Amino acid sequence: MAIKLPIYMDYHATTPVDPRVVETMLPYFHEKFGNAASRNHSFGWTAEEAVENARAQIARLINATPKEIIFTSGATESNNLALKGAAEMYREKGNHIITQVTEHKAVLDTCKRLEKYGYEVTYLPVAKDGRIDLDDLRRAITAKTILISIMYANNEIGVIQPIQEIGKIAKEKGVLFHSDGVQALGKIPIDVQKDNLDMISLTAHKLYGPKGCGALYVRRRNPRVQLSAQIDGGGHERGMRSGTLNVPGIVGFGKAAELCQNEMAEESVRLRGLRDRLKDTIFSKLDEVYINGSMTHRLPHNINISFAFVEGESLLMGINDVAVSSGSACTSATLEPSYVLKALGVGEDLAHTSIRFGLGRFNTQEEVDYVTNRVIEVVQRLRELSPLYEMAKEGIDLSKMNWSASAEH
Amino acid sequence: MAYSDKVVDHYEHPRNVGSLPKEDPNVGTGLVGAPECGDVMRLQMKINPETQIIEEAKFKTFGCGSAIASSSLATEWVKGKTVAEALAISNTDIVRELSLPPVKIHCSVLAEDAIKAAIADWKKKKETSTPAATATTVGD
Repeated sequence: MAIKLPIYMDYHATTPVDPRVVETMLPYFHEKFGNAASRNHSFGWTAEEAVENARAQIARLINATPKEIIFTSGATESNNLALKGAAEMYREKGNHIITQVTEHKAVLDTCKRLEKYGYEVTYLPVAKDGRIDLDDLRRAITAKTILISIMYANNEIGVIQPIQEIGKIAKEKGVLFHSDGVQALGKIPIDVQKDNLDMISLTAHKLYGPKGCGALYVRRRNPRVQLSAQIDGGGHERGMRSGTLNVPGIVGFGKAAELCQNEMAEESVRLRGLRDRLKDTIFSKLDEVYINGSMTHRLPHNINISFAFVEGESLLMGINDVAVSSGSACTSATLEPSYVLKALGVGEDLAHTSIRFGLGRFNTQEEVDYVTNRVIEVVQRLRELSPLYEMAKEGIDLSKMNWSASAEH
Repeated sequence: MAYSDKVVDHYEHPRNVGSLPKEDPNVGTGLVGAPECGDVMRLQMKINPETQIIEEAKFKTFGCGSAIASSSLATEWVKGKTVAEALAISNTDIVRELSLPPVKIHCSVLAEDAIKAAIADWKKKKETSTPAATATTVGD
């Protein structure tokens, strides 16, 4: 089979909408365009029925009830609603929130804002494997703690946090537990009952659904979680999120969730196989390569590798027919290397050399082999060009060198 | 980010990659940057002590495409020039030639630093070796 270039292998960033999802969405743009909040005619009823069907499909994927799904514009909004909504609602109970350092900016920056409003936030560190220490969590909880927010799986390194254990601790202590579930949804099983999750942020576009459509699971029983709305208006979504529902998006989200429910078991085995094939070949052909984050507690379709002595952006430039991401400073807007890798204790020198591969539904083995070979070829070529590789091979300890840091950094 | 054609050309076909013998008294080595910052350049030049002409130049660079291109271009430019001419090369010349965007200006600065560091190293070597050479002459 001929390979079509460029190859997309950045499924943590976003995913293409599955054609089956597109097909399900199409009638809701023109033919069935009604407002789900229109209660007095069939256009509204048709839209409402479609939304309720999707709500049930999404609820089923996480073992929740449909009424517990609140639709939003995406996971950034869901995270904002969960944190700000709970902080405001439970202010009388306390002002302390616990999160951790490798969260997505949608959680970290929301916490930063809450700090400005007088809340106190504890940012738990992570170990070298990318996971938090449960004892750290226990110690951080005080009488003032109202919320724990720990992501299900990380977007850069794919590391899965000990969610069930965290849920247990939160329940024991009577603290609400929220998780950013964006990367995990539809990739690994999520069960809000087993996990003792009170809230979880979800989005459609990471599981082969459309962009601009997300949800927040908000537990209704044991305990009943209440949130202060952050968007006021017509009182949609049980008053927690006003605004006319994005019916086609929601229909697509529902269908995408249903497909994942049916295909996740098989798909994760296939992607794990491809991911391991990529990793094993790279490790057999190249020296001085390092995996960032736990290999045991990791999403099946993720691998994040540092290619020592090869700067990430130059590597991406060499494999320009492949779409992947780098933790290098040069590829970020801030010119800082990845804060996630830094939190794991990965040195800045190695952080600059990291590449994230995110495999997905439409990747084939031929594509994986092509990408693997390109990466190996370009790393070898750039190492020929790298003074650091030459020095390391001569036995010079680079960490002991007296580097003349340029003023521009 | 879109790279200029010249950056891509230098990245894909880097000129003068390699090493010169560090111990050679006529070779100056400049090693600038830091791994933590994401770029390290090593520029080496073989300079004729009589004519002060740079006869050979080699580089190796760890860094982004623009850093590789800046150092590759630097080797091309210094070759055949005198030390004084090479010292006159400014980072803005490199920026212009490679059409570097503002976020990549530091790559050109590093290349200029590397040229200056290599020449400084060569001069230092010359100063330390000259008295020794004179002493031998006197001894004869």
